[in-house]
Amino acid sequence: MAEASYQSISPSDFFYRNREIAGFSNPSRALYSAVRELLENSLDACEARRVPPDIYLRIREVLPSKGEEGPEVYSLRIEDNGTGIPDEYIPLCFGKVFYGSKYILRQSRGTFGLGGTITILYGQITTHKPVRVASSIGKEIHEYEMMIDIEHNEPIVLRHEVHENKKGWRGTIVELQLEGDYSRSMNKIYEYLKQTAMVCPYADITFVDPKGRLYRFERATDQMPPPPRAVKPHPKGVDVETLRRMVASTRARNMKAFMMEHFQGVGEVTAERFLNTASIDPRTPPGELGPEDIVKLVRAANDFEEFNRPDPSCLSPIGEELLGMGIKKELNLTDADFLMAVQRRPSTYLGFPFIVEAAMAHGRSLARQGFSGITLYRFANKIPLLFDESSCVIWKAVNRNINWSTYLVSPDTPLVVAVHVCSTKIPYKSVGKEFLADQPEVEREITNAIRQLARHLRLYISRSIRMARERRRLSVFERFLPKIAEFSAKLADKEEIPDITPLLRAVGADLEEVERRIKEVPQVVGEGC
Amino acid sequence: MSGKAVREADRQREMTELALKQLGSLVYEQIRAREFPWIMIQSRSTDNIIYDQELKQYILGDRLIRRHSRNIAHIRPFAQLIWTAWFSRELLRHRKTSTLREVYYSARGQRDIEFKDQDESDNIITDLETALSRPREDFNIYPEERSAIFGDLTIEYTVPGYEGKRMNLTEHPDGVMIGPALTSAEFIETSADKVLVIEKGAMFTRLVEERAHEKFNAILIHTAGQAPRSTRSIIQRLNQLGKMPVYIFTDGDPWGVHIAMVIISGSANAAHLRGLATPDAKWIGVWATDIVKYRLPTEKLTDMDIKRLKELKKDPRYGGELWQREIDLFIKLGVKAELEAFSRYGLTYIVDKYLPDKLEGA
Repeated sequence: MAEASYQSISPSDFFYRNREIAGFSNPSRALYSAVRELLENSLDACEARRVPPDIYLRIREVLPSKGEEGPEVYSLRIEDNGTGIPDEYIPLCFGKVFYGSKYILRQSRGTFGLGGTITILYGQITTHKPVRVASSIGKEIHEYEMMIDIEHNEPIVLRHEVHENKKGWRGTIVELQLEGDYSRSMNKIYEYLKQTAMVCPYADITFVDPKGRLYRFERATDQMPPPPRAVKPHPKGVDVETLRRMVASTRARNMKAFMMEHFQGVGEVTAERFLNTASIDPRTPPGELGPEDIVKLVRAANDFEEFNRPDPSCLSPIGEELLGMGIKKELNLTDADFLMAVQRRPSTYLGFPFIVEAAMAHGRSLARQGFSGITLYRFANKIPLLFDESSCVIWKAVNRNINWSTYLVSPDTPLVVAVHVCSTKIPYKSVGKEFLADQPEVEREITNAIRQLARHLRLYISRSIRMARERRRLSVFERFLPKIAEFSAKLADKEEIPDITPLLRAVGADLEEVERRIKEVPQVVGEGC
Repeated sequence: MSGKAVREADRQREMTELALKQLGSLVYEQIRAREFPWIMIQSRSTDNIIYDQELKQYILGDRLIRRHSRNIAHIRPFAQLIWTAWFSRELLRHRKTSTLREVYYSARGQRDIEFKDQDESDNIITDLETALSRPREDFNIYPEERSAIFGDLTIEYTVPGYEGKRMNLTEHPDGVMIGPALTSAEFIETSADKVLVIEKGAMFTRLVEERAHEKFNAILIHTAGQAPRSTRSIIQRLNQLGKMPVYIFTDGDPWGVHIAMVIISGSANAAHLRGLATPDAKWIGVWATDIVKYRLPTEKLTDMDIKRLKELKKDPRYGGELWQREIDLFIKLGVKAELEAFSRYGLTYIVDKYLPDKLEGA
């Protein structure tokens, strides 16, 4: 009988062995994921600092592939103007998995502080080259060259230099090498950047690709959405383990004080009522709760209906105006096109607050660019979701819950639907973070948002149809009246062709009337309802 | 010496030109008065086509429709009508003729006027005929011709280059094609006292060879199937002006029967026109009774034939005793016979025996 050997592995080791679950399964996907992780960290850093992001991203070929196709080594460099990282945290932030500033209840793109490090880890295992990080919080600039000790989940600093910062630069630069396949990931990377620009119209993104091509995604505004605030957890969003830790570390003297101090929206009355329904004496010191009591509390919290709704101020939706702006600029829409964005009121699932925002675009500009049928853009906490579209609840809402013919949308109508879900906890179905699970509350909000937009779209389309009909009608007169005039004059042996403009004016009056009415269709408007 | 016929043709042409110009002036003045131009024409829809017992032909009823350029569905045909009127006037002025097909092609390149197909242009020409109550031949527009005429008839041409020229229709043994020149020609003199109309070219040739025109003192006309309008118009002229009886000789089947009937009573399609029907003309065969009497070789009636016979039986033009009797007998016998069926008794039988019998009976 073979002897089993037992050993614990470090988180770095775990992701090293299971890198496909974090989106590094193959060279083309890895390059895309690397761009995505680093870009998201940069955007978060800029938003934390409340400055419009200026991001420079460059991918350069370092080693060509051995064969015709296949992986090559690229150098990836990203520069941002975000908060910067204090000197002492730089090695830990980039050299230790599960380290970061994101372990609080506040909406941000990343959740676990995992993405940046896993990218570096992947670069290291495919090229064995160190990562270079330069960062400043406005004082001197610290430059590090380092690698990750995978077995022990610790950074190894190879070089650390301090530079003067005469210009007062603030931000972070990361440069690393990794194996990738640009020709296969090119489209996804471009699409990712474009959709990011759609939901961050205040960001300026420059991208230089390995072929030396420059892509510019220029900002359309300096206005940024209000920043999210950190909030206490909602009682419904807490699990047994979290509650156990909170109870163990609290300084509150009894359970009533504990409830009021550690949870959002719980006052004296609510705390007492809740503890009564959970059959826990409000005067019990937290330390005396047994494991059964904790389980009982979590269960009771789930059933208790009198808590306030979760506080949405920890969320940072884009806002109707900015969302409309971003879509308009990235899809090159004109004022004649239909474009509308809505933001739904905050709602909750399983104790987590969330807000659904949606936008819809339709019109000739889209048709000219080759759009046909429904094009769906999905976003979660301002991150574009590009993979597994049909597994996503957003796709389900658009394709299963809506009867588009009700809204005069035919299968080839050029239509863009963008849906953004923001939450402190996005209901992702998998670690790859590419599609959302079917949470009924979330699904309902998405469906309602789309319906709300589609009702306005219907008006626009029905008016366009009438308009087109009027235009066709007028064009018929414009075509044939001159012929009738010309040949009747010839037939009557008259030199002069009679003037038809009074007749055209008589039929054209209606057109102006229709045109005037069609102008009243809302463009980018934020009406709450 | 060539005077009278040419002057008459000129007068006709001038009248048509004037009618076309009046149409142009009407529309021109309407536009000048800031009015959407419109014209009234007789409706050609089926419910306005009536069989006139007195005239023994189809005519258009009293219902008028307004072709209005303000109407989005009418403006295109309206423009096409005006163009076609102008085109016809050009034909008349330059003394040219044109076929229906050529009219369709002539509109090519006229943006927005262009006809989708020849049906559309034919239809507009019929509109123009209806609007001005004149057949298209007056506008120098003719169908493709296949029918021919043979016999002792002297004609005088009125077409440019041939004005005053005369010709006797026995000069060519294949017969003379009934085209625009013949249609507009003047009939000068004839020794014939009857007209024999034959459906098929082969039989026509046989009759010429057998000198049937001399034997029966007849003018022979070959219709090549359903008789074109110009042919019907010539038959009518020979009947009216020359006081010649007309005898029609077709296949013994529903299609042959109807060829005869269209010559006699006109077609629903030409209900807007007069001068095409020859109500006095007589259908002399091949009858169903001939099949029995002459024991002709036959073929079975097809389902289509039977269906057509039943339709004809209900048609008001077929109210007469002879027609009803023959149709009933065809259906009862269930067979039909072609003109060629007489060949079983030898090539000359038809001229020696059958035709004399029938002409005597008629």
